[in-house]
Amino acid sequence: MSERKPQGQPNPMEATAQRSKKPNAKPAKLGREVQARLGQQLRAMYDEVLNQGVPDRFTELLDRLDDNGNKDKH
Amino acid sequence: MPIDESVRKAVLAAVPSLRAFAISLSGNVDRADDLVQETLLRALANIDSFQPGTNMSAWLFTILRNHFRSEYRKRRREVEDSEGRYAETLKSQPEQHGQIEFREFREALSHLPADQREALILVGASGFSYEEAANICGCAVGTIKSRVNRARTRLAELLSIDGVNDFGPDETTRAVLARSGS
Repeated sequence: MSERKPQGQPNPMEATAQRSKKPNAKPAKLGREVQARLGQQLRAMYDEVLNQGVPDRFTELLDRLDDNGNKDKH
Repeated sequence: MPIDESVRKAVLAAVPSLRAFAISLSGNVDRADDLVQETLLRALANIDSFQPGTNMSAWLFTILRNHFRSEYRKRRREVEDSEGRYAETLKSQPEQHGQIEFREFREALSHLPADQREALILVGASGFSYEEAANICGCAVGTIKSRVNRARTRLAELLSIDGVNDFGPDETTRAVLARSGS
């Protein structure tokens, strides 16, 4: 009962210690401003789709799958 | 099969973000919607394996992501240059809603390796924590972190932003978008 296996999981944080030494890899550390700008653009692109809401085909799909009979509004 | 009302609600609530994720992954609205549909079918068929009280959205994202990955592997065997093909897909359907405005950005995104792209989107747009993203992708938290970092660096290079020059939707793009309004 009291037996416990030691957890031998490697620490993922240690991966950071190994910095890439590739000749063409810039040691680029992005500035905060650049990161913020990328983040904005990414979210704006994503939100554009979010704002489209739920297309009919998906509510219809669920209606079709649901044979409760409760959803027959039409 | 009967669908529980609470399940129906939770699933439908997740649809917009599942679509946004799928479009970002595949770069193709039609394919993305098929991915979402397949995800819903699989989820409902396996609803018993969903643990009530846990994050339904994360569960659905995991299903979608795994489905996309297996499809992607299949396609990669069929099409040699999958990255070029992805970019081509974007160009071939410029009229589609949700494609035009962020064309330049999407195109840059398309040049990222798939694992970096998904990590960046999950953390940077879908709003998942590094831990949740790691669960969805089935990898270590540190792996997600480094993928997100590499993705950002590469995107900044591709879009040539150095913190000074701006970028965004250009005039032509906006004009076309306005015209195809109805």
